[in-house]
Amino acid sequence: MPRALRLIRRRLLTSIPVLLIVLIGTFLLLELAPGDAVDAYLVSSGGDAAMIEALRTRWSLDASPLARLGAYLWAVLRLDLGWSVSFSRPVLDVVLERLPNTLLLMGSATFLSFSLGSLLGVAAGSRPGSWRDRLLSIGSLALYAVPGFWLGLVLAVIFAVRLRWFPLSGIETIASGKQGLARVADIAWHLALPVLSLGIIYCALYLRMMRAGMAEVWRQDFTLAARARGISRHRIVWRHVARNALLPLVTMLGLQSAAILGGSVVIESVFSVPGLGRLAQEAVSSRDTPLLLGIILVSAVLVILINLAVDCAYAGLDPRVGGSEAA
Amino acid sequence: MKRPVRSLSGMVGIAILAALVLVAVFAPLISPGDPLAITARPLLPPLADWAHPLGTDRLGRDLVAGLVHGARTSLAVGLAAAVASLMIGSIIGTLAGFLGGWTDEALMRVTDAFQTVPGFLLALAFVSVAGPSLPVIVLAIALSAWTGPARVARAEVLSLRERDFVASARVIGMHPLEIAFREILPNALPPVLALSSVIVAAAILTEAALSFLGLGDPNRVTWGGMIAEGRAVLRSAPYLSIIPGIALVLAVLGVYLAGEATVERAARRVGHA
Repeated sequence: MPRALRLIRRRLLTSIPVLLIVLIGTFLLLELAPGDAVDAYLVSSGGDAAMIEALRTRWSLDASPLARLGAYLWAVLRLDLGWSVSFSRPVLDVVLERLPNTLLLMGSATFLSFSLGSLLGVAAGSRPGSWRDRLLSIGSLALYAVPGFWLGLVLAVIFAVRLRWFPLSGIETIASGKQGLARVADIAWHLALPVLSLGIIYCALYLRMMRAGMAEVWRQDFTLAARARGISRHRIVWRHVARNALLPLVTMLGLQSAAILGGSVVIESVFSVPGLGRLAQEAVSSRDTPLLLGIILVSAVLVILINLAVDCAYAGLDPRVGGSEAA
Repeated sequence: MKRPVRSLSGMVGIAILAALVLVAVFAPLISPGDPLAITARPLLPPLADWAHPLGTDRLGRDLVAGLVHGARTSLAVGLAAAVASLMIGSIIGTLAGFLGGWTDEALMRVTDAFQTVPGFLLALAFVSVAGPSLPVIVLAIALSAWTGPARVARAEVLSLRERDFVASARVIGMHPLEIAFREILPNALPPVLALSSVIVAAAILTEAALSFLGLGDPNRVTWGGMIAEGRAVLRSAPYLSIIPGIALVLAVLGVYLAGEATVERAARRVGHA
């Protein structure tokens, strides 16, 4: 079997128990929430005591917790994530509708933080201990201390309120009727500030990792050998040191996906981007627990898929990975 | 050449942290009375009135009082959540590493599950279901932060498990759980504790984000809540959102710098020994 396929199979097998545990966790949260589906239903429709009892029996809410857990797992397996009370629609539909916006925001922010962070990391790590290195290290630490939602607000005050270069909220101009490239440009214009505030913060992480990785590689014998052979510093930095330090950053890309998804919750709320995070906040404020848990489930699946993709990319970059079944 | 600058940043961090702790501890003395009380006319700009040096918010509440009392909430939640997550993490990590086998497998899958769900979403869901009070918020943040310490503790326990002192504890007939928690865990703690500054900082940021989204304890002033409050008048009075944010940045930066200096000093001490 090809290496990549074997890797994918192994990762998928280990993610089944993980997903099961996530499901049990969301079930417990659902149980912990005050009121049940019938209460939520009655808020919108009303009804008497006899009807309440009938509904509870029909939706098997009077069954034992274990039976309810079984019913819940079976429903999720059939892609039925429940009913969103606040939207009066199936949870999965609402979530999938918002997903593309979040993916766009996350993807652009990750691209920005990864490319800017690793470039600045090379700038810092090409001469460890220099003034440039120290300045960038301290600067990145300061950046890492900035809360994303506050950075978003500050950027909004400067670029949207004062300078009026960018719009304050939304993902595109409402009812503009724009098509094709004009629409793409419009969305990019709207997403510039959210992407910037989400991306800049995580950029610090990649900078620090790249710098630390390069400092490690500088100490290894082959860089000494390369210097002894008189290879130019520029070439050593890019072809030997930076290249070897880049690999761990790729792993980080997967590990950070959960964090950046969490970060987009607040950023989307700041800029009113209609994505998953904004939806989570709406679910919280309208006490729509099934919707909130549906968002959690979908994001867990998303994180697993992103990590799978990152693993495949890593296996492609590093021939040592996934060579044997046991590793 | 490297050491002076590094220790300078460490000193700065410790100074910021010490100042914040002093402010938090003596908050009732620095600004007596209820920070949520209305004290002056609303939307007083900063530096206009020396009784309210940073001005007032939409309802006429003093900004300085809010900052001072908000420091209490931020630091208390940050510390409590970090202690809770370090405790949960080291206990689970020790059990997984020491018992091995199926227990290890099961506990590590649970850890994986917690790392798969975005921590902030988990905290958000937990607070929204259990209701916004300080203990719930602390627990919610701990739920999203214990996995790092658990992994580090497990790795450390795995390397300690086969040492001679563990074997001799077995020989004298100590109970396995006693060996795990009285012999191994104390030795496994230093690398776990090295994570504490990062966890405190993350906890402060998470608490702020929760309060910003309206899930903070409604009876307490929080910096995140103040930033959210100021958002309504972002166009006319941006200082209301910007100033509490600066306090947040300073607090988190102080924790990072102080933590880095402490870890470095500990590493140097080990190096000299």
